[in-house]
Amino acid sequence: MQTALRTSLSETELASRSNFAPHARVVREERPVHTSGLPLSIRGLRKSFGDNEVLRGIDLHIPAGQFVAIVGKSGCGKSTLLRLIAGLEKIDAGSISFGQDIQPEDIRVMFQEPRLLPWARVLSNVEVGLGRDRASKDAHARAEKALTEVGLADKRDQWPSLLSGGQKQRVALARALVSRPRVLAFDEPLGALDALTRISMQRLLERVWRDQGFTAILVTHDVSEAVALADRVLVIEDGRIAHDVVVNAGRPRQRGSAELAGLEGSILSHLLSADDRT
Amino acid sequence: MSLIDSISLPRSIRLPRVDGLIQWILPLAVIAIWQIACVTGFVPTRVLPAPSDVALAGWKLLLSGELVRNIWVSFWRASVGFLIGGSIGFAFGLANGLSQLSAKLTDTTLQMVRNVPHLALIPLVILWFGIDESAKLFLVALGVFFPIYLNTLHGIRTVDPQLIEMGRIYGMTDGELFRRVIFPGALPSIFLGIRFALGIMWLTLIVAETIAASSGLGYMAMQAREFMLIDVVVLSILIYALLGKLADSASRLLERATLAWHPAFQKR
Repeated sequence: MQTALRTSLSETELASRSNFAPHARVVREERPVHTSGLPLSIRGLRKSFGDNEVLRGIDLHIPAGQFVAIVGKSGCGKSTLLRLIAGLEKIDAGSISFGQDIQPEDIRVMFQEPRLLPWARVLSNVEVGLGRDRASKDAHARAEKALTEVGLADKRDQWPSLLSGGQKQRVALARALVSRPRVLAFDEPLGALDALTRISMQRLLERVWRDQGFTAILVTHDVSEAVALADRVLVIEDGRIAHDVVVNAGRPRQRGSAELAGLEGSILSHLLSADDRT
Repeated sequence: MSLIDSISLPRSIRLPRVDGLIQWILPLAVIAIWQIACVTGFVPTRVLPAPSDVALAGWKLLLSGELVRNIWVSFWRASVGFLIGGSIGFAFGLANGLSQLSAKLTDTTLQMVRNVPHLALIPLVILWFGIDESAKLFLVALGVFFPIYLNTLHGIRTVDPQLIEMGRIYGMTDGELFRRVIFPGALPSIFLGIRFALGIMWLTLIVAETIAASSGLGYMAMQAREFMLIDVVVLSILIYALLGKLADSASRLLERATLAWHPAFQKR
Protein backbone atom coordinates (compact mmCIF):
# COMPACT_ATOMS: atom_id res chain seq x y z
CA MET A 1 0.00 0.00 0.00
CA GLN A 2 1.22 3.41 -0.88
CA THR A 3 1.64 5.40 2.27
CA ALA A 4 0.04 8.65 1.39
CA LEU A 5 -0.58 8.82 5.08
CA ARG A 6 1.18 11.57 6.88
CA THR A 7 0.80 11.15 10.54
CA SER A 8 1.30 13.40 13.49
CA LEU A 9 2.34 16.57 11.76
CA SER A 10 4.33 18.68 14.14
CA GLU A 11 3.20 22.16 15.01
CA THR A 12 5.89 23.69 12.79
CA GLU A 13 4.90 21.55 9.85
CA LEU A 14 1.30 22.61 10.26
CA ALA A 15 2.31 26.22 10.45
CA SER A 16 4.41 25.98 7.30
CA ARG A 17 1.52 24.30 5.47
CA SER A 18 -0.83 27.03 6.39
CA ASN A 19 1.63 29.66 5.26
CA PHE A 20 1.87 28.02 1.92
CA ALA A 21 -0.17 29.37 -0.94
CA PRO A 22 -2.43 31.88 0.71
CA HIS A 23 -3.36 33.39 -2.66
CA ALA A 24 -5.85 31.95 -5.06
CA ARG A 25 -3.41 32.31 -7.96
CA VAL A 26 -0.85 30.06 -6.35
CA VAL A 27 -3.59 27.66 -5.41
CA ARG A 28 -4.70 27.34 -9.03
CA GLU A 29 -1.17 26.24 -9.93
CA GLU A 30 -1.35 23.68 -7.19
CA ARG A 31 -4.67 22.42 -8.50
CA PRO A 32 -4.92 22.74 -12.25
CA VAL A 33 -8.57 21.72 -12.49
CA HIS A 34 -10.78 24.69 -13.28
CA THR A 35 -12.58 25.58 -10.09
CA SER A 36 -15.15 28.05 -8.86
CA GLY A 37 -14.20 27.27 -5.29
CA LEU A 38 -12.59 29.56 -2.74
CA PRO A 39 -9.41 28.74 -0.86
CA LEU A 40 -9.65 28.71 2.90
CA SER A 41 -7.00 29.72 5.41
CA ILE A 42 -7.48 29.10 9.09
CA ARG A 43 -4.98 30.33 11.64
CA GLY A 44 -4.79 29.78 15.37
CA LEU A 45 -8.53 29.12 15.56
CA ARG A 46 -9.89 28.64 19.07
CA LYS A 47 -13.38 28.17 20.39
CA SER A 48 -14.74 27.49 23.86
CA PHE A 49 -18.21 26.89 25.16
CA GLY A 50 -18.10 27.98 28.79
CA ASP A 51 -15.11 26.28 30.40
CA ASN A 52 -14.95 23.66 27.70
CA GLU A 53 -12.30 24.48 25.13
CA VAL A 54 -13.52 22.69 22.02
CA LEU A 55 -10.95 23.91 19.49
CA ARG A 56 -7.43 24.51 20.73
CA GLY A 57 -5.63 26.18 17.89
CA ILE A 58 -6.47 24.98 14.39
CA ASP A 59 -4.12 25.90 11.54
CA LEU A 60 -5.27 24.77 8.16
CA HIS A 61 -5.07 25.70 4.51
CA ILE A 62 -7.55 24.30 2.04
CA PRO A 63 -6.81 25.06 -1.63
CA ALA A 64 -9.68 26.20 -3.84
CA GLY A 65 -11.88 23.37 -5.01
CA GLN A 66 -10.44 20.72 -2.70
CA PHE A 67 -12.71 18.13 -1.11
CA VAL A 68 -11.74 17.84 2.53
CA ALA A 69 -13.22 15.40 4.99
CA ILE A 70 -12.98 15.98 8.73
CA VAL A 71 -13.27 12.91 10.94
CA GLY A 72 -12.94 12.35 14.65
CA LYS A 73 -14.78 10.99 17.61
CA SER A 74 -17.94 12.67 18.75
CA GLY A 75 -17.20 15.74 20.79
CA CYS A 76 -13.78 16.24 19.20
CA GLY A 77 -14.81 19.61 17.81
CA LYS A 78 -15.25 18.69 14.14
CA SER A 79 -18.77 20.05 13.91
CA THR A 80 -17.76 23.20 15.74
CA LEU A 81 -14.97 23.74 13.20
CA LEU A 82 -17.49 23.42 10.40
CA ARG A 83 -19.95 25.80 12.06
CA LEU A 84 -17.16 28.36 12.52
CA ILE A 85 -16.20 28.06 8.85
CA ALA A 86 -19.83 28.52 7.86
CA GLY A 87 -20.11 31.55 10.12
CA LEU A 88 -22.73 30.00 12.39
CA GLU A 89 -20.68 30.57 15.54
CA LYS A 90 -18.45 33.42 16.67
CA ILE A 91 -14.71 32.89 16.64
CA ASP A 92 -12.97 33.26 20.05
CA ALA A 93 -9.45 33.67 18.68
CA GLY A 94 -7.66 33.24 15.37
CA SER A 95 -8.96 33.83 11.88
CA ILE A 96 -10.68 32.24 8.94
CA SER A 97 -10.14 33.83 5.57
CA PHE A 98 -11.32 33.03 2.09
CA GLY A 99 -8.72 35.17 0.35
CA GLN A 100 -11.32 37.75 -0.76
CA ASP A 101 -14.56 39.35 0.28
CA ILE A 102 -17.41 36.89 0.15
CA GLN A 103 -21.16 37.12 -0.18
CA PRO A 104 -23.46 35.13 2.09
CA GLU A 105 -24.54 33.13 -0.98
CA ASP A 106 -20.95 31.95 -1.51
CA ILE A 107 -21.01 29.62 1.50
CA ARG A 108 -23.73 27.05 2.04
CA VAL A 109 -24.21 24.41 4.71
CA MET A 110 -26.00 21.11 4.55
CA PHE A 111 -26.97 19.45 7.81
CA GLN A 112 -27.77 15.95 8.92
CA GLU A 113 -31.44 16.94 9.04
CA PRO A 114 -32.79 18.22 5.73
CA ARG A 115 -34.37 21.24 7.47
CA LEU A 116 -36.96 21.71 4.74
CA LEU A 117 -39.95 23.94 5.38
CA PRO A 118 -42.79 21.42 5.70
CA TRP A 119 -45.35 24.04 4.59
CA ALA A 120 -43.57 24.90 1.34
CA ARG A 121 -43.58 22.74 -1.78
CA VAL A 122 -40.30 21.24 -2.92
CA LEU A 123 -39.64 23.95 -5.51
CA SER A 124 -40.13 26.84 -3.10
CA ASN A 125 -37.92 25.08 -0.59
CA VAL A 126 -35.17 25.09 -3.20
CA GLU A 127 -35.85 28.77 -3.98
CA VAL A 128 -35.09 29.57 -0.33
CA GLY A 129 -31.47 28.73 -1.21
CA LEU A 130 -31.24 31.68 -3.60
CA GLY A 131 -30.90 34.04 -0.65
CA ARG A 132 -31.34 37.63 -1.77
CA ASP A 133 -32.09 36.52 -5.34
CA ARG A 134 -35.30 34.80 -4.21
CA ALA A 135 -37.47 37.50 -5.70
CA SER A 136 -35.66 37.60 -9.04
CA LYS A 137 -37.43 36.61 -12.24
CA ASP A 138 -35.34 33.55 -12.95
CA ALA A 139 -35.75 32.17 -9.42
CA HIS A 140 -38.11 29.46 -10.63
CA ALA A 141 -35.89 28.43 -13.49
CA ARG A 142 -32.79 28.31 -11.31
CA ALA A 143 -34.54 26.26 -8.65
CA GLU A 144 -35.83 23.85 -11.27
CA LYS A 145 -32.35 23.46 -12.69
CA ALA A 146 -30.96 22.65 -9.25
CA LEU A 147 -33.74 20.11 -8.70
CA THR A 148 -32.91 18.49 -12.03
CA GLU A 149 -29.28 18.25 -10.98
CA VAL A 150 -30.25 16.14 -7.97
CA GLY A 151 -32.72 14.12 -10.06
CA LEU A 152 -35.92 15.33 -8.42
CA ALA A 153 -37.42 17.52 -11.13
CA ASP A 154 -40.64 15.48 -11.05
CA LYS A 155 -41.16 16.22 -7.33
CA ARG A 156 -41.25 20.00 -7.69
CA ASP A 157 -44.86 20.38 -6.51
CA GLN A 158 -44.70 17.77 -3.77
CA TRP A 159 -44.95 18.44 -0.03
CA PRO A 160 -41.71 17.51 1.77
CA SER A 161 -43.54 15.20 4.18
CA LEU A 162 -44.32 12.86 1.27
CA LEU A 163 -40.65 12.40 0.32
CA SER A 164 -38.32 9.68 1.57
CA GLY A 165 -35.34 10.53 3.77
CA GLY A 166 -32.94 10.36 0.86
CA GLN A 167 -35.17 12.51 -1.34
CA LYS A 168 -35.50 15.13 1.38
CA GLN A 169 -31.74 15.28 1.67
CA ARG A 170 -31.45 15.67 -2.10
CA VAL A 171 -33.86 18.60 -1.94
CA ALA A 172 -31.66 20.08 0.79
CA LEU A 173 -28.67 19.58 -1.52
CA ALA A 174 -30.48 21.33 -4.37
CA ARG A 175 -31.28 24.21 -2.02
CA ALA A 176 -27.60 24.44 -1.06
CA LEU A 177 -26.47 24.29 -4.71
CA VAL A 178 -28.97 26.69 -6.24
CA SER A 179 -26.98 29.81 -5.39
CA ARG A 180 -23.82 28.27 -6.94
CA PRO A 181 -21.87 28.41 -3.67
CA ARG A 182 -18.08 28.50 -3.75
CA VAL A 183 -17.72 26.70 -0.43
CA LEU A 184 -20.10 23.95 0.59
CA ALA A 185 -19.95 22.64 4.15
CA PHE A 186 -21.55 19.30 4.97
CA ASP A 187 -22.30 18.42 8.59
CA GLU A 188 -22.87 14.65 8.56
CA PRO A 189 -25.30 15.06 5.67
CA LEU A 190 -25.80 11.34 5.17
CA GLY A 191 -25.74 10.30 8.82
CA ALA A 192 -29.45 9.56 9.03
CA LEU A 193 -29.76 7.62 5.79
CA ASP A 194 -29.78 3.88 5.21
CA ALA A 195 -26.72 2.20 3.72
CA LEU A 196 -27.86 2.01 0.09
CA THR A 197 -29.33 5.52 -0.06
CA ARG A 198 -26.13 6.68 1.49
CA ILE A 199 -23.95 5.21 -1.24
CA SER A 200 -26.06 6.73 -3.99
CA MET A 201 -25.97 10.09 -2.18
CA GLN A 202 -22.18 9.85 -1.94
CA ARG A 203 -22.02 9.34 -5.71
CA LEU A 204 -24.32 12.33 -6.19
CA LEU A 205 -22.16 14.50 -3.92
CA GLU A 206 -19.01 13.50 -5.80
CA ARG A 207 -20.68 14.20 -9.14
CA VAL A 208 -21.98 17.68 -8.29
CA TRP A 209 -18.67 18.57 -6.70
CA ARG A 210 -16.82 17.54 -9.85
CA ASP A 211 -19.33 19.41 -12.02
CA GLN A 212 -19.33 22.63 -10.05
CA GLY A 213 -15.89 22.73 -8.51
CA PHE A 214 -16.78 24.27 -5.17
CA THR A 215 -14.57 23.77 -2.16
CA ALA A 216 -16.15 20.98 -0.14
CA ILE A 217 -15.77 20.43 3.58
CA LEU A 218 -17.40 17.27 4.87
CA VAL A 219 -17.70 16.46 8.56
CA THR A 220 -18.44 12.79 9.06
CA HIS A 221 -18.01 10.01 11.58
CA ASP A 222 -17.85 7.48 8.76
CA VAL A 223 -14.22 6.97 7.75
CA SER A 224 -15.11 4.95 4.65
CA GLU A 225 -17.29 7.83 3.47
CA ALA A 226 -14.40 10.22 4.11
CA VAL A 227 -11.90 8.26 2.00
CA ALA A 228 -14.51 7.55 -0.67
CA LEU A 229 -15.19 11.24 -1.25
CA ALA A 230 -12.32 13.40 -0.10
CA ASP A 231 -8.98 14.50 -1.56
CA ARG A 232 -7.78 14.84 1.97
CA VAL A 233 -8.88 13.57 5.35
CA LEU A 234 -8.22 15.51 8.54
CA VAL A 235 -8.37 13.66 11.83
CA ILE A 236 -9.26 15.88 14.77
CA GLU A 237 -8.41 14.88 18.30
CA ASP A 238 -8.91 17.00 21.39
CA GLY A 239 -9.57 20.16 19.43
CA ARG A 240 -6.47 19.88 17.24
CA ILE A 241 -5.68 18.46 13.83
CA ALA A 242 -3.88 15.25 14.72
CA HIS A 243 -3.46 13.79 11.23
CA ASP A 244 -3.64 15.16 7.73
CA VAL A 245 -4.05 12.36 5.21
CA VAL A 246 -3.93 12.76 1.43
CA VAL A 247 -6.13 10.44 -0.61
CA ASN A 248 -4.67 10.01 -4.08
CA ALA A 249 -7.15 7.59 -5.60
CA GLY A 250 -8.60 8.47 -9.02
CA ARG A 251 -12.12 9.68 -9.65
CA PRO A 252 -14.86 8.73 -9.74
CA ARG A 253 -13.88 6.67 -6.76
CA GLN A 254 -14.28 2.92 -6.90
CA ARG A 255 -15.88 1.90 -3.65
CA GLY A 256 -14.28 -1.05 -1.94
CA SER A 257 -10.96 -0.80 -3.78
CA ALA A 258 -7.95 -2.14 -1.88
CA GLU A 259 -6.32 1.27 -1.87
CA LEU A 260 -9.27 2.99 -0.18
CA ALA A 261 -9.78 0.10 2.20
CA GLY A 262 -6.16 0.23 3.29
CA LEU A 263 -6.36 3.96 3.85
CA GLU A 264 -9.58 3.58 5.77
CA GLY A 265 -7.99 0.94 7.97
CA SER A 266 -5.02 3.07 8.88
CA ILE A 267 -7.17 6.13 9.68
CA LEU A 268 -9.44 3.97 11.83
CA SER A 269 -6.48 2.54 13.69
CA HIS A 270 -5.34 6.09 14.44
CA LEU A 271 -8.73 6.97 15.81
CA LEU A 272 -8.84 3.81 17.89
CA SER A 273 -5.27 4.07 19.17
CA ALA A 274 -6.12 7.53 20.45
CA ASP A 275 -8.91 5.80 22.28
CA ASP A 276 -6.48 3.34 23.89
CA ARG A 277 -4.24 6.13 25.11
CA THR A 278 -6.96 7.75 27.11
CA MET B 1 -31.69 -6.90 4.34
CA SER B 2 -33.72 -8.56 1.62
CA LEU B 3 -36.04 -9.85 4.27
CA ILE B 4 -36.60 -6.41 5.68
CA ASP B 5 -37.11 -5.00 2.21
CA SER B 6 -39.67 -7.63 1.35
CA ILE B 7 -41.92 -6.62 4.21
CA SER B 8 -43.76 -3.71 2.76
CA LEU B 9 -45.45 -1.56 5.32
CA PRO B 10 -48.43 0.52 4.29
CA ARG B 11 -47.35 4.11 3.76
CA SER B 12 -50.15 5.38 5.88
CA ILE B 13 -52.93 3.73 7.74
CA ARG B 14 -55.99 4.24 5.55
CA LEU B 15 -59.29 4.91 7.15
CA PRO B 16 -62.30 3.70 5.21
CA ARG B 17 -63.89 6.56 3.30
CA VAL B 18 -66.34 7.97 5.79
CA ASP B 19 -69.47 9.25 4.21
CA GLY B 20 -70.63 12.61 5.44
CA LEU B 21 -73.74 10.88 6.68
CA ILE B 22 -72.24 8.49 9.20
CA GLN B 23 -71.60 11.19 11.79
CA TRP B 24 -75.32 12.09 11.76
CA ILE B 25 -76.59 8.58 12.47
CA LEU B 26 -76.22 8.89 16.23
CA PRO B 27 -77.92 12.31 16.68
CA LEU B 28 -80.81 11.18 14.44
CA ALA B 29 -81.19 7.93 16.40
CA VAL B 30 -81.28 9.90 19.66
CA ILE B 31 -84.03 12.14 18.28
CA ALA B 32 -86.02 9.12 17.08
CA ILE B 33 -85.82 7.37 20.47
CA TRP B 34 -86.69 10.64 22.19
CA GLN B 35 -89.78 11.06 19.96
CA ILE B 36 -90.91 7.51 20.66
CA ALA B 37 -90.38 7.93 24.41
CA CYS B 38 -92.54 11.09 24.43
CA VAL B 39 -95.29 9.74 22.18
CA THR B 40 -95.63 6.56 24.23
CA GLY B 41 -95.81 8.62 27.40
CA PHE B 42 -92.66 7.05 28.82
CA VAL B 43 -91.32 10.59 29.32
CA PRO B 44 -93.95 13.13 30.42
CA THR B 45 -93.95 16.12 28.03
CA ARG B 46 -93.87 18.43 31.05
CA VAL B 47 -90.35 17.15 31.68
CA LEU B 48 -89.21 16.93 28.08
CA PRO B 49 -91.32 17.94 25.10
CA ALA B 50 -91.28 15.69 22.05
CA PRO B 51 -88.91 16.68 19.21
CA SER B 52 -91.97 17.33 17.05
CA ASP B 53 -93.22 19.87 19.60
CA VAL B 54 -89.83 21.51 19.70
CA ALA B 55 -89.81 21.70 15.91
CA LEU B 56 -93.28 23.19 15.96
CA ALA B 57 -92.23 25.81 18.52
CA GLY B 58 -89.24 26.59 16.31
CA TRP B 59 -91.49 26.97 13.28
CA LYS B 60 -93.77 29.39 15.13
CA LEU B 61 -90.83 31.48 16.34
CA LEU B 62 -89.40 31.45 12.87
CA LEU B 63 -92.64 32.77 11.43
CA SER B 64 -92.85 35.54 14.01
CA GLY B 65 -89.27 36.53 13.17
CA GLU B 66 -88.26 36.25 16.80
CA LEU B 67 -86.00 33.24 16.24
CA VAL B 68 -83.96 34.80 13.45
CA ARG B 69 -83.62 38.06 15.36
CA ASN B 70 -82.37 36.34 18.51
CA ILE B 71 -79.99 34.03 16.65
CA TRP B 72 -78.63 37.00 14.74
CA VAL B 73 -78.07 39.00 17.94
CA SER B 74 -76.26 36.08 19.59
CA PHE B 75 -74.24 35.39 16.48
CA TRP B 76 -73.23 39.03 16.23
CA ARG B 77 -72.16 39.15 19.89
CA ALA B 78 -70.23 35.92 19.54
CA SER B 79 -68.33 36.96 16.45
CA VAL B 80 -67.57 40.53 17.51
CA GLY B 81 -66.46 39.38 20.96
CA PHE B 82 -64.39 36.63 19.36
CA LEU B 83 -62.74 39.03 16.94
CA ILE B 84 -61.87 41.54 19.65
CA GLY B 85 -60.60 39.01 22.21
CA GLY B 86 -58.97 36.86 19.56
CA SER B 87 -57.01 39.68 17.97
CA ILE B 88 -55.78 40.98 21.30
CA GLY B 89 -54.80 37.46 22.36
CA PHE B 90 -53.09 36.87 19.04
CA ALA B 91 -51.21 40.16 19.30
CA PHE B 92 -49.98 39.39 22.82
CA GLY B 93 -49.09 35.84 21.79
CA LEU B 94 -47.03 37.17 18.89
CA ALA B 95 -45.33 39.85 20.96
CA ASN B 96 -44.47 37.54 23.84
CA GLY B 97 -43.41 34.71 21.54
CA LEU B 98 -41.08 36.92 19.54
CA SER B 99 -39.75 39.30 22.19
CA GLN B 100 -38.21 38.28 25.49
CA LEU B 101 -38.72 41.77 26.85
CA SER B 102 -42.42 41.76 26.08
CA ALA B 103 -42.80 38.31 27.61
CA LYS B 104 -41.04 39.41 30.78
CA LEU B 105 -43.21 42.50 31.01
CA THR B 106 -46.62 40.94 30.52
CA ASP B 107 -46.61 37.16 30.78
CA THR B 108 -46.73 36.89 34.57
CA THR B 109 -49.59 39.36 34.76
CA LEU B 110 -51.54 37.56 32.05
CA GLN B 111 -51.02 34.22 33.77
CA MET B 112 -52.41 35.66 36.99
CA VAL B 113 -55.47 37.09 35.26
CA ARG B 114 -55.94 33.78 33.46
CA ASN B 115 -56.45 31.99 36.74
CA VAL B 116 -59.50 34.08 37.54
CA PRO B 117 -62.54 32.34 35.99
CA HIS B 118 -63.81 35.04 33.69
CA LEU B 119 -67.45 34.24 34.48
CA ALA B 120 -66.71 35.22 38.09
CA LEU B 121 -66.49 38.77 36.76
CA ILE B 122 -70.15 38.84 35.77
CA PRO B 123 -71.32 40.83 38.83
CA LEU B 124 -68.55 43.34 38.28
CA VAL B 125 -69.26 43.53 34.56
CA ILE B 126 -72.94 44.19 35.23
CA LEU B 127 -71.98 47.00 37.59
CA TRP B 128 -69.65 48.44 34.96
CA PHE B 129 -71.70 48.03 31.80
CA GLY B 130 -75.21 47.22 33.00
CA ILE B 131 -76.86 44.73 30.69
CA ASP B 132 -75.62 46.62 27.68
CA GLU B 133 -74.08 44.98 24.59
CA SER B 134 -70.62 45.92 25.83
CA ALA B 135 -71.03 43.66 28.87
CA LYS B 136 -71.51 40.58 26.68
CA LEU B 137 -68.75 41.57 24.27
CA PHE B 138 -66.39 42.17 27.16
CA LEU B 139 -67.03 38.75 28.68
CA VAL B 140 -66.75 36.90 25.38
CA ALA B 141 -63.59 38.77 24.44
CA LEU B 142 -62.04 38.01 27.82
CA GLY B 143 -62.95 34.33 27.60
CA VAL B 144 -61.60 33.99 24.06
CA PHE B 145 -58.41 35.91 24.77
CA PHE B 146 -56.62 33.27 26.83
CA PRO B 147 -56.83 30.14 24.68
CA ILE B 148 -55.72 32.17 21.67
CA TYR B 149 -52.97 33.94 23.58
CA LEU B 150 -51.59 30.75 25.12
CA ASN B 151 -51.67 28.68 21.94
CA THR B 152 -50.19 31.41 19.76
CA LEU B 153 -47.39 31.86 22.28
CA HIS B 154 -46.82 28.12 22.51
CA GLY B 155 -46.89 27.74 18.74
CA ILE B 156 -44.26 30.40 18.21
CA ARG B 157 -42.03 29.15 21.00
CA THR B 158 -42.05 25.60 19.65
CA VAL B 159 -41.14 26.40 16.05
CA ASP B 160 -38.19 24.15 15.19
CA PRO B 161 -35.06 26.21 16.02
CA GLN B 162 -33.20 24.32 13.31
CA LEU B 163 -35.59 25.78 10.72
CA ILE B 164 -35.05 29.25 12.13
CA GLU B 165 -31.28 28.76 11.91
CA MET B 166 -31.74 27.54 8.34
CA GLY B 167 -33.76 30.66 7.52
CA ARG B 168 -31.05 32.90 8.89
CA ILE B 169 -28.29 31.04 7.03
CA TYR B 170 -30.19 31.56 3.81
CA GLY B 171 -30.36 35.27 4.48
CA MET B 172 -34.01 35.73 5.40
CA THR B 173 -34.83 39.10 6.88
CA ASP B 174 -36.81 39.20 10.14
CA GLY B 175 -40.00 39.80 8.20
CA GLU B 176 -39.37 36.93 5.82
CA LEU B 177 -38.40 34.67 8.70
CA PHE B 178 -41.71 35.44 10.36
CA ARG B 179 -43.77 35.04 7.21
CA ARG B 180 -42.08 31.94 5.85
CA VAL B 181 -40.94 30.06 8.96
CA ILE B 182 -42.34 31.23 12.30
CA PHE B 183 -45.97 31.96 11.43
CA PRO B 184 -46.61 28.81 9.33
CA GLY B 185 -44.85 26.79 12.03
CA ALA B 186 -47.09 28.23 14.74
CA LEU B 187 -50.28 27.89 12.72
CA PRO B 188 -51.34 24.37 13.85
CA SER B 189 -51.13 25.50 17.46
CA ILE B 190 -52.99 28.73 16.69
CA PHE B 191 -55.83 26.71 15.18
CA LEU B 192 -55.99 24.58 18.29
CA GLY B 193 -56.38 27.81 20.27
CA ILE B 194 -59.15 28.98 17.94
CA ARG B 195 -61.11 25.78 18.45
CA PHE B 196 -60.78 25.99 22.22
CA ALA B 197 -61.80 29.63 22.03
CA LEU B 198 -64.92 28.84 20.01
CA GLY B 199 -66.11 26.53 22.77
CA ILE B 200 -65.50 29.15 25.42
CA MET B 201 -67.15 31.78 23.23
CA TRP B 202 -70.52 29.96 23.23
CA LEU B 203 -70.29 29.04 26.90
CA THR B 204 -69.62 32.63 27.92
CA LEU B 205 -72.35 33.98 25.69
CA ILE B 206 -74.99 31.57 27.02
CA VAL B 207 -74.17 32.43 30.60
CA ALA B 208 -74.03 36.16 29.95
CA GLU B 209 -77.30 36.18 27.98
CA THR B 210 -79.03 34.07 30.59
CA ILE B 211 -78.07 36.39 33.41
CA ALA B 212 -78.06 39.82 31.89
CA ALA B 213 -79.64 40.46 28.52
CA SER B 214 -82.79 41.66 26.82
CA SER B 215 -82.26 39.80 23.56
CA GLY B 216 -80.41 36.80 22.19
CA LEU B 217 -80.79 33.05 22.46
CA GLY B 218 -79.99 32.91 26.17
CA TYR B 219 -82.58 35.61 26.82
CA MET B 220 -85.11 33.71 24.72
CA ALA B 221 -84.55 30.59 26.82
CA MET B 222 -84.90 32.47 30.11
CA GLN B 223 -87.99 34.25 28.89
CA ALA B 224 -89.52 30.90 27.89
CA ARG B 225 -88.75 29.49 31.33
CA GLU B 226 -90.75 32.32 32.93
CA PHE B 227 -93.80 31.33 30.85
CA MET B 228 -93.15 27.58 31.28
CA LEU B 229 -92.57 27.19 27.51
CA ILE B 230 -90.37 24.13 27.88
CA ASP B 231 -90.34 23.45 24.13
CA VAL B 232 -88.70 26.84 23.50
CA VAL B 233 -86.14 26.17 26.25
CA VAL B 234 -85.18 22.89 24.62
CA LEU B 235 -85.16 24.57 21.21
CA SER B 236 -82.65 27.18 22.43
CA ILE B 237 -80.38 24.47 23.80
CA LEU B 238 -80.49 22.58 20.48
CA ILE B 239 -79.70 25.74 18.55
CA TYR B 240 -76.66 26.31 20.74
CA ALA B 241 -75.48 22.79 19.96
CA LEU B 242 -75.99 23.39 16.25
CA LEU B 243 -74.20 26.76 16.28
CA GLY B 244 -71.31 25.26 18.22
CA LYS B 245 -70.98 22.48 15.68
CA LEU B 246 -71.15 25.02 12.86
CA ALA B 247 -68.35 27.12 14.33
CA ASP B 248 -66.22 24.04 14.83
CA SER B 249 -66.81 22.89 11.25
CA ALA B 250 -65.90 26.32 9.93
CA SER B 251 -62.61 26.33 11.80
CA ARG B 252 -61.84 22.79 10.62
CA LEU B 253 -62.50 23.83 7.05
CA LEU B 254 -60.14 26.77 7.41
CA GLU B 255 -57.58 24.49 9.04
CA ARG B 256 -57.77 22.01 6.20
CA ALA B 257 -57.32 24.78 3.65
CA THR B 258 -54.30 26.38 5.29
CA LEU B 259 -52.57 23.28 6.65
CA ALA B 260 -52.64 21.25 3.45
CA TRP B 261 -48.93 20.59 3.92
CA HIS B 262 -49.49 18.90 7.27
CA PRO B 263 -49.28 15.08 7.17
CA ALA B 264 -52.47 14.90 9.25
CA PHE B 265 -54.44 16.73 6.57
CA GLN B 266 -53.13 14.97 3.52
CA LYS B 267 -55.60 12.91 1.60
CA ARG B 268 -54.27 9.56 0.52
